[in-house]
Amino acid sequence: MDFRFDIIAEYAPFLLKGTLLTIGLSLAGILIGTVLGLLIGLGKMVNNKLIALPFSLYITFFRGTPLFVQILLIHFGVVPAFLGHTNAVAAAILALSLNAAAYIAEIFRAGIQSIDRGQMEAARSLGMTHGQAMRHVILPQAFKRMIPPLGNEFIVLIKESSLAAVITAPEIMYWGRAMAGQYYKVWEPYLTAALIYLILTISLSFILSRLERRLKTE
Amino acid sequence: MIKIQNLKKSFGTNEVLKDINLTIKPQEVVVVIGPSGSGKSTLLRCINLLESITGGHIYIEGKDITDKKNNLNKMREEVGMVFQQFNLFPHKTVIENIMLAPVKVRNVPAETARARGLELLRKVGLEEKAEAYPSSLSGGQKQRVAIARALAMEPKIMLFDEPTSALDPEVVGEVLEVMKQLAKEGMTMVVVTHEMGFAREVGDRVIFMDGGYIVEENEPIPLFENPQQERTQAFLSKVL
Ligand SMILES: Nc1ncnc2c1ncn2[C@@H]1O[C@H](COP(=O)(O)OP(=O)(O)OP(=O)(O)O)[C@@H](O)[C@H]1O
Ligand SMILES: [Mg+2]
Repeated sequence: MDFRFDIIAEYAPFLLKGTLLTIGLSLAGILIGTVLGLLIGLGKMVNNKLIALPFSLYITFFRGTPLFVQILLIHFGVVPAFLGHTNAVAAAILALSLNAAAYIAEIFRAGIQSIDRGQMEAARSLGMTHGQAMRHVILPQAFKRMIPPLGNEFIVLIKESSLAAVITAPEIMYWGRAMAGQYYKVWEPYLTAALIYLILTISLSFILSRLERRLKTE
Repeated sequence: MIKIQNLKKSFGTNEVLKDINLTIKPQEVVVVIGPSGSGKSTLLRCINLLESITGGHIYIEGKDITDKKNNLNKMREEVGMVFQQFNLFPHKTVIENIMLAPVKVRNVPAETARARGLELLRKVGLEEKAEAYPSSLSGGQKQRVAIARALAMEPKIMLFDEPTSALDPEVVGEVLEVMKQLAKEGMTMVVVTHEMGFAREVGDRVIFMDGGYIVEENEPIPLFENPQQERTQAFLSKVL
């Protein structure tokens, strides 16, 4: 088997651009997803069942259907409906953010519910309102516990952003498939893509485990 | 000071407090005893409005705290509570634990709250732990901080729910000592405890609860030495 390093070298600039887009997509997804996820998580925790219902349906839909389907729906349906035409990068960011938001909403809820009931009671017994107790006592502790699962969600997003290739957002896998199509090769493009993803996810895990250790010693 | 009238509390179909009538005078120390599940914690939690009540009234200095028109948060400020499990805020230092409510609820300037907090820490003998995190304290130290934290809101009455039950025996004394001091200074207190020595020494009155009722109440010595009710006798014979 002759492994053609020369075609990898030829595609290197594109793969590099693709890597930057992959990082951009997953970063946008985790950031927008976190903001939306907090709001949706709060919405689902509202005591009024009627208000909580839409949030709960949102989470069920985005966690219960494949991201692939969501990307196609958003690319060919939702984005054109708003912009008149579609845009692959915008659609990819939107799909990843909305999908991540559903998972992050659940991470957020689990984080809050993991805080001992006594914390809220102690805060209330000191005269704090529910809002003050949330803000000063519950949320700071919950956020700390959310960091490991949020990091995990970030890693998932890096990998799943590869699905954006099918709507021609020029990230890593888009260029991998282009290379495969041009040279009728399998190993060179896909192993290279796999290696890039591995470097990304391993680096992120490393950063996260250091962050976690730092938080633990605080 | 506190007047409880026909207080009832149910969890679903389980009626936990059946008909509680109790008056607590200023500066009085009332000790509540009774078997597990008799409703002692629930009674304290009702006084502090941590539980919504099912029936009856609770007046604090003439104000009906169960009246929806009254601001519950304002009412809670008047009542300090100390929990069995301390419930210190683990992400805040000792002094921050104490300052938090005065600063956020009463808008006391941080400097004033800190000075007052240090004074309270001195009172419970933990001044040198001001900058420590709760996780580095022993159980007895944690509970003394929790007492200081409650006192920082200058409550009119302090509720203690088995404050020494989660403690190693060798540190129970230091917490009881702080509570005795408080009683001596004239704090009105309601204390749920199994520490009969404390009840005898500090209590003005002992209340025996069973099955959601106040079965018997009296001054400590007569209640312990000459209980009138059979259920009180049975309980005391087990714990004394
Ligand atoms: N949040 C709740 N929901 C349902 N039932 C409850 C709740 N809290 C307490 N109970 C029930 O109320 C009864 C009285 O409980 P409470 O905690 O007041 O008893 P206690 O006298 O403090 O007992 P212990 O000595 O074990 O602390 C128990 O049967 C308990 O199961
Ligand atoms: Mg109890």
